[in-house]
Amino acid sequence: MSEKVLMKGNEAFAEAVIRGGVRFYFGYPITPQSEIPEFMSRELPKWGGKFLQAESELGAINMAYGCGAAGGNGFISSSSPGIALMQEGMSFLCSAEVPVVLLNASRGGPGIGSIQPGQADYNQVTRGGGNGDYKMPVFAPASIQEAIDILYDAPALADQWRNPVMVLVDGLMGQMMEPVLMPEPKKPLESADIPTVKPWAISGSEKGTRSVVKSLRLQPEVLEEHVEHLFEKYGRMEKELVRVETENVENAEVVFVAFGTMARLVKEAMEILESQGVKAGMIRPISLWPYPYEAFDKIGKNCKAVISAELSMGQMVQDVKLGVEGRWPVRLIHRVGGMLPTSLDIVEKTRKILEEVR
Amino acid sequence: MPTNKLFFAGSGGQGVLTMGQMVTYAAMYADMNATWLPSYGPEMRGGTANCTVVISPEKPVSCPLIYEADNLVVMNLPSLIKFEGMVKPGGNLFVNTSLIEQKPTRTDINVYNVPANDLAMQLGNARTANVVMLGALVRTTNVVPVEMIYKIMEKTFSGRKAALLDLNKQAFHTWKPE
Repeated sequence: MSEKVLMKGNEAFAEAVIRGGVRFYFGYPITPQSEIPEFMSRELPKWGGKFLQAESELGAINMAYGCGAAGGNGFISSSSPGIALMQEGMSFLCSAEVPVVLLNASRGGPGIGSIQPGQADYNQVTRGGGNGDYKMPVFAPASIQEAIDILYDAPALADQWRNPVMVLVDGLMGQMMEPVLMPEPKKPLESADIPTVKPWAISGSEKGTRSVVKSLRLQPEVLEEHVEHLFEKYGRMEKELVRVETENVENAEVVFVAFGTMARLVKEAMEILESQGVKAGMIRPISLWPYPYEAFDKIGKNCKAVISAELSMGQMVQDVKLGVEGRWPVRLIHRVGGMLPTSLDIVEKTRKILEEVR
Repeated sequence: MPTNKLFFAGSGGQGVLTMGQMVTYAAMYADMNATWLPSYGPEMRGGTANCTVVISPEKPVSCPLIYEADNLVVMNLPSLIKFEGMVKPGGNLFVNTSLIEQKPTRTDINVYNVPANDLAMQLGNARTANVVMLGALVRTTNVVPVEMIYKIMEKTFSGRKAALLDLNKQAFHTWKPE
């Protein structure tokens, strides 16, 4: 076991994904994650990898498409407006079943917005911002260690499912330092092994065999069959990829639902509420798709309200309502634009909600 | 031991972010949980710098952001004016009196006057002002063990920089309470 080190989020994310097997990075700088391309340009060549600064976000995602189609383990990072520009590519990647790991350091929106933390990309990343029917696993860590563990596993997960995998963080997590343990580096995929490990990839095969990776299917019957195949896969992902942390939901009077940075603020608000005699619990979705709807069944009979705490005008709250299925009142506590509530603000708003629903 | 929330503020170049990082490293070496969070955004280019450190000896740090501080360190006047109200009643305020003539207005907190730049100049190296201040903070509050601060200094000032180790240890101990 290696020693704990103090690492800044952005650098830890980049190091973790390299240790997880990524050897190709494509990106275009954007605050608040520009330290990732900076780190990659310096460190990735030392691991035998390739760093490439694209001419645009559109360039970056299509380079990753090409890299993944050829069997390489690619990684892209960007932030909200940049991720928006990549949506076409994500639809193509999902249709062509090409693995790639993506990181979105989401910031205040809409538009170019602000560079401070935001969670208003929730609908875009969980519902698909590109065209057509497709799904992509999205993980939202709440600490740097959790982000490291997820990013370390992400390349293998993307390969296993032949699907892009997204990790959603924000600038606060990118700038923060926490003591972390870095996992041992995995053996990266060698070019010579690609035809055996990824027989579907366009790896320059022997005479007589041919791999095709594409998203164009002009015959409706063929496309329908392909989409049904994708959704059979997504159905299995929904069963296998749900990740959630729950705390005190069985006895809580109020249950919060929050992810990422917001979950850290809620955690402290819960401690304050406990000291005031209010029993509080939390459902912390780690996978945003597939969403942990079943966690809501653990909520006990003492519950008076379920509160979705978000840095958006209320996007995840729709999934909270699907999980609650009308069993408890659902309310929203939120800030937007890159503003963050304090834990005291959350406590105050929660007390008001509890008075209102009693 | 409860959570300890610290806030360091000053202007760019005063070593404010480094001070916070040294406390965070020391907490990590002492097997405590800790987070370090700098202010980030366009205002950083305007010359102000500040960072938040939260130390939790037993359980993980719940929240890296703070709305009140157990310990506040201010290295320049704008920081005193802007952040004095953040200190918890009964908390500690460390003022760099070399650059701040104005007295704090709070009477419900402990104020420590540390002429960090003057003491650093007396040692012959103005750049150790932040270590003078760090010494005042750590020796007064014991928020992290002094030996762990030594451990970071020994790691930082090794090889070609080894000559700076004694100077920094001296700076760390130079301030004496009134």
